Amino acid sequence: MLDKALTGSKGYWIWIFSLLAVIGVGVLSYLHQFDYGLGVTGMSRDVSWGFYISQFTFLVGVAASAVMLIIPYYLHDYKKFGKIVILGEFLAIAAVTMCILFIFVDLGQPMRVMNVILHPTPNSILFWDATVLNGYLFINLIVGWTTLTADRKGVPPPNWVKPFIYLSIPWAVSIHTVTAFLYAGLPGRHFWLTAVMAARFLASAFASGPSLLILLCLIVRKVSKFDPGKEAIQTLGKIVTYAMFANVFLLGLEFFTAFYSQIPGHMHSFVYLYAGLDGYSKLVPLMWISSILAIISLVMLVNPNIRRKENLLATACVMIFISLWIDKGFGLVVGGFVPNMFERVTEYWPSLPETLITLGVWSIGFLILTVLYKIAIAVRERTASWPELH
Amino acid sequence: MSINRRNFLKFAGASTLIGVTGTAVIEKILLTDAEAAVSPGSEALTAKRWAMVIDVSKIKTEDDYKKIIHACHSIHNVPDIGNKKDEVKWIWEEDYEHSFPGVSDEFVPESIEHKSFLLLCNHCAKPACVRVCPTKATFKRPDGIVAMDYHRCIGCRFCMAACPYGARSFNWRDPRPFIKEETKEFPTRMKGVVEKCTFCSERLARGLKPACVEASNGALVFGDLEDPNSEVRKALSAHYTLRRKPEVGTAPSVYYVIGGNEHA
Ligand code: SF4
Ligand code: SF4
Repeated sequence: MLDKALTGSKGYWIWIFSLLAVIGVGVLSYLHQFDYGLGVTGMSRDVSWGFYISQFTFLVGVAASAVMLIIPYYLHDYKKFGKIVILGEFLAIAAVTMCILFIFVDLGQPMRVMNVILHPTPNSILFWDATVLNGYLFINLIVGWTTLTADRKGVPPPNWVKPFIYLSIPWAVSIHTVTAFLYAGLPGRHFWLTAVMAARFLASAFASGPSLLILLCLIVRKVSKFDPGKEAIQTLGKIVTYAMFANVFLLGLEFFTAFYSQIPGHMHSFVYLYAGLDGYSKLVPLMWISSILAIISLVMLVNPNIRRKENLLATACVMIFISLWIDKGFGLVVGGFVPNMFERVTEYWPSLPETLITLGVWSIGFLILTVLYKIAIAVRERTASWPELH
Repeated sequence: MSINRRNFLKFAGASTLIGVTGTAVIEKILLTDAEAAVSPGSEALTAKRWAMVIDVSKIKTEDDYKKIIHACHSIHNVPDIGNKKDEVKWIWEEDYEHSFPGVSDEFVPESIEHKSFLLLCNHCAKPACVRVCPTKATFKRPDGIVAMDYHRCIGCRFCMAACPYGARSFNWRDPRPFIKEETKEFPTRMKGVVEKCTFCSERLARGLKPACVEASNGALVFGDLEDPNSEVRKALSAHYTLRRKPEVGTAPSVYYVIGGNEHA
């Protein structure tokens, strides 16, 4: 089926080559980092994780969100998602690949990455995270590929793949829960040491992932003859709305605990992120943009009349995606390191090479996504006229 | 010390078994060298749980602090990179307020408020860094020392996020050009790995106390916490002491004498 990705319009090839160009720049920047060390990034002794780990954290959520299609379709027999489940699974594959790459580029000694397998250490959450991420990638490859192959032949997917589909549901929850545990189990990092961390991760994931899916569906409809379906998109819109409310609610809980208790350690990171601490306030504008976008998009989404207009829905989805990216793909990780263990402030901002490497990894993800979607669309275009299979 | 040897043999065995790449072979050779440097002799100092008591009232001048820090950093090839972002340090000075955040009181005697404390790895009894390390590159020895294998560390920095004391440094770049006088007896580190104080395990193996203790004129006391007659236990029963962030449950093995005046 891969051959389907090798034929395309001029626009398709321009897109592919643009991605390849960004990837090329990213690879060159990575070679520089590989040679010099992680000192090329903006990270420091005090803020020892930065952009890479926060992108990883954000993208685990995007990957996990595929269950928001799988649960309604396979568990509740919601037929309208039949055509787009594959888009969710392929998005998951691209997102998990990016996650793994982001962990890899963050390693100080990448050549030793196999040590995690050679010396398995079950008490380390990172060991479990590596395990569940690779497992999730594997499951989605199997499920995505077999269901699509079956579709192309016009037959229902083989029965042996069903257990993998059901397994993918708890597995998706597990990848984001385990990722939250990376943070939520560390003594001395008050900002992360919260029991609702995993719940918040899942809520934000089920808002950011489906909003990206809505945008992708709209793009797919524009560039191809495959229509993901108006109703399917509307249902996704509702999922985004509920999840985003849950996310904002959970964030509100954090604020309450920190500021009503007045325990300094619990307040400091929030103060740093939203108001600035000891005169340091690099992240304040970003965090406010995130909050304002969240509020506007919620006001829009909660109103069914606005949500039903696809261009307005798309606008709200863009806002939610940016808002959550700032919140989780930046503020959450950096905020945990500020103030540092001595209650002093060291700020962080990504460097140029770090940004280029990050863009490179995102482009690899989008390249994978484009190729997979191209194949799925080709199959869907051909079978669009056929009667419903499932 | 025997744990080192055993771990090493296990590691070497596993690597050969799985037949991993050339990197592993190189690591083995390097490890053998490092091992040789610290292999125990009969004169080795041993304990059930090594601990330290620091009485900063006995460290008078800025030069005294410098001398202690230099004693450690020079024999362990700790680089002086000269900027805060890439900084590597094993033992350093910090004021009272930032040494004991959350504990420091509003009104304390001047002699304490403006005093520098010496901070280093606490060799915690329940170390968070060991718990999170995905490769066992950071491990706890039976004598309580939290040790590191620089050849196994993958540089994920999970341990830096986990340590509640900011005790760990990462080699953001090749440290070797920044070592003023290289000591041949101790291995240098490469870029991309984490490092920290080792309680001078290599000196203990040769029957010597940690370098900082030796250079401190009696301000730093070192010994076995589980031996009631040890110097640290005597110091602990004679003075009121503090540990950093006891509430996080890592059970630090470094204690600070809070005297309040010069005669404490
Ligand atoms: S002080 Fe930090 S690095 Fe040292 S043993 Fe405790 S947790 Fe580990
Ligand atoms: S950076 Fe090295 S020592 Fe620290 S957790 Fe990772 S592998 Fe272990």
